[in-house]
Amino acid sequence: MDSTAVAATASWQVWFREKILLGMDLRTYLRSLFTPLNALAAVLIVFGLTVLVYRFAAGLGASTNLSQAQPWGLWIGFDMMSGIVLAAGGFTLGSAVHLFGMHEYHPIVRPAILTAFLGYVLAVVGLMADLGKPWNFYNMMVTPGSASALFEVACCVLMYTTVLLLEFLVPVFEWLGWRKVHERLEKAMLALTVLSVVFSTMHQSALGSLFLIAPAKLHPLWYSPYIFIFFFISAICAGISMVIVEGSLTHRIFQHRITGAHADMDKLQIGLGKAGAIVLFAYFFLKMQGVAEGEHWDLLLTGWGAWFLVEIVGFVLVPSLLYGYGARYKKVKLVRTAAVLTVIGIVLNRLNVSVIAYNFDKPTHYVPSWMEVSMSIGLVTLGVVAFRWIANRMPIMSEDPNFAGGEF
Amino acid sequence: MKLGRRGFLQVAGIAGTAAIAGTARASSHASLDAKGEHESAMLVDTTLCAGCRGCEAACAEANGLPAPASDEAVKGVRRDTAPEVFTVVNAFGPIGHDGDDRFAKRQCMHCIEPACASVCMVRALDKTPEGPVVYHGDRCLGCRYCMVACPFEVPKYQYDKLAPLVRKCTFCASRQKEGKKPACASVCPTGALTFGKRAALVELAKGRIYRNPEKYVHHVYGEHEAGGTDWLYVSDVPFEQLAMKTVRDDPYPDKVQGALSAPPFVMTLWPPLLMGLYAFAKRRDALNGNGHHNGHGGAPAEKEDSHG
Repeated sequence: MDSTAVAATASWQVWFREKILLGMDLRTYLRSLFTPLNALAAVLIVFGLTVLVYRFAAGLGASTNLSQAQPWGLWIGFDMMSGIVLAAGGFTLGSAVHLFGMHEYHPIVRPAILTAFLGYVLAVVGLMADLGKPWNFYNMMVTPGSASALFEVACCVLMYTTVLLLEFLVPVFEWLGWRKVHERLEKAMLALTVLSVVFSTMHQSALGSLFLIAPAKLHPLWYSPYIFIFFFISAICAGISMVIVEGSLTHRIFQHRITGAHADMDKLQIGLGKAGAIVLFAYFFLKMQGVAEGEHWDLLLTGWGAWFLVEIVGFVLVPSLLYGYGARYKKVKLVRTAAVLTVIGIVLNRLNVSVIAYNFDKPTHYVPSWMEVSMSIGLVTLGVVAFRWIANRMPIMSEDPNFAGGEF
Repeated sequence: MKLGRRGFLQVAGIAGTAAIAGTARASSHASLDAKGEHESAMLVDTTLCAGCRGCEAACAEANGLPAPASDEAVKGVRRDTAPEVFTVVNAFGPIGHDGDDRFAKRQCMHCIEPACASVCMVRALDKTPEGPVVYHGDRCLGCRYCMVACPFEVPKYQYDKLAPLVRKCTFCASRQKEGKKPACASVCPTGALTFGKRAALVELAKGRIYRNPEKYVHHVYGEHEAGGTDWLYVSDVPFEQLAMKTVRDDPYPDKVQGALSAPPFVMTLWPPLLMGLYAFAKRRDALNGNGHHNGHGGAPAEKEDSHG
């Protein structure tokens, strides 16, 4: 009896050391955490979480610069709107590989799905902080307001986050060595990928539909009856670009985690760049179509027009040309630059629509409080740290060779 | 992974059920009288308003709000409604042809097809068949989308509370249920506020304009604004001078209908389409003789990554 108990504890300790502490003993592991970057991350996270606690202890009025005229601020514009659009890489790449048979991109699907999962979870956390009474969330099921675009967003985000969790559980089960349930989950992956596309199509576009109801408040250069199409297309642009940006970073940082053959990252990124050039140019064209359809050409000469052109030329047209040039002449650095520009551009678009060009004709303008900013930074940092923690332990950068042969 | 017939039916079944749930929503909205003619309504004749602000006091009392600010305190100040102030009477002037001030009462317009209620995902804001747009604070989760949606910028939020509520004029829905007039109308000494059925009040308003075409602006504000509101205004000065917003005529919820009709199509068309593409990709792989397992590592092993 005793000896089995001891053996159990011992094996548990071994497991913990190998799986959690990266094979170090506790003291060595803790010491290894003391790096300048970790310290910075810890400060940012502690700061952000303190604000989160303060927001619930003191209220929205004390922690944010929201007002009666500006009901949505940084937590909606950045944490929610931008967080979700930047997490579009999960469904974009998932469908490309699992549905459209572009198997060469297989090595970068898992990081994309993990990023998406973390992005959605953090977006939901940001949203919870922004809601006045988040504990009433269950009323969505009790008295559903199904005529609301926000209802569509909320339902799809909820379901898609569940789908992402299930997709993410595949590497988790490999990490835990749970073969049976891993096998079951793999069987569901095709259906999950289909659902991820369905839900993403709906909520990425519905995030744009949210603003259809406010034609007078959103500047006409950004307001369009087709805004939901803009949002969906730009989500694909953001998804592709985020995969390139994050691939450039993670492939270098987590090189030691890649087992088996390395993927030719340059080649993959150039391939993605080709796709990015096409989709991003289509997005540029559609946005111009929006201006033409609304006959807003004269507005381009105003101050708001200049700001619109910064977004649409500097961060849409330019990166689409860079993508095209880089992909054509195999210049991966250009592709990466284009990806960074696109990511900035899409975030700028979401901020413009929900915060900056909203209430464009009001004399006073909303500027986020330092607490709003620090919580947003804290959440992003938390996401990066969580990614790192997971990627250092679980088979994210490449799958567990013991589980080879699975499709996903 | 092989997609058996059963697997396909499962996916199709999920999508189909979701699509049916999606179509149900299209009919859920606006089962109301389209013109709202039987709804209770209020006509504000700004030419009769003396700016006594008795309605403000009555409103505060009926809704348990703090007493309104004194006349001196509000002099020369353009006020807006607030979480604890459901209605305000602002003075504009002197703008009348008689060289006097004009006054405009401001509160929720109680739209026939309210944008706020249409965007509320928990139906905390709800249009009653009798007319008032009412608020259920116990349902509200505080997303503040109603504030984004309202073209009149009426809903106000208790940012300083830990369990905040959206606050706005209730049209005294509970008083109306008891057969009483709204508090403001019950105290108005000049007849500037007339409470009644909307159809009758539209006629009354037009009759006043018809009989006094030189005096009145030929427009009943609220007859068509935002698809029609239960609060109607007539005036002898242009409505913009009373800080009344120029609001388009079509109902605001209609703006979203097109986009919201998409989900059923996405849910029914996407899965079979994606499955078809999947089948194509599978077939192509089979013809090329490379099961996609080859693709796993991306490139062959000797193609070691140089920059990683």
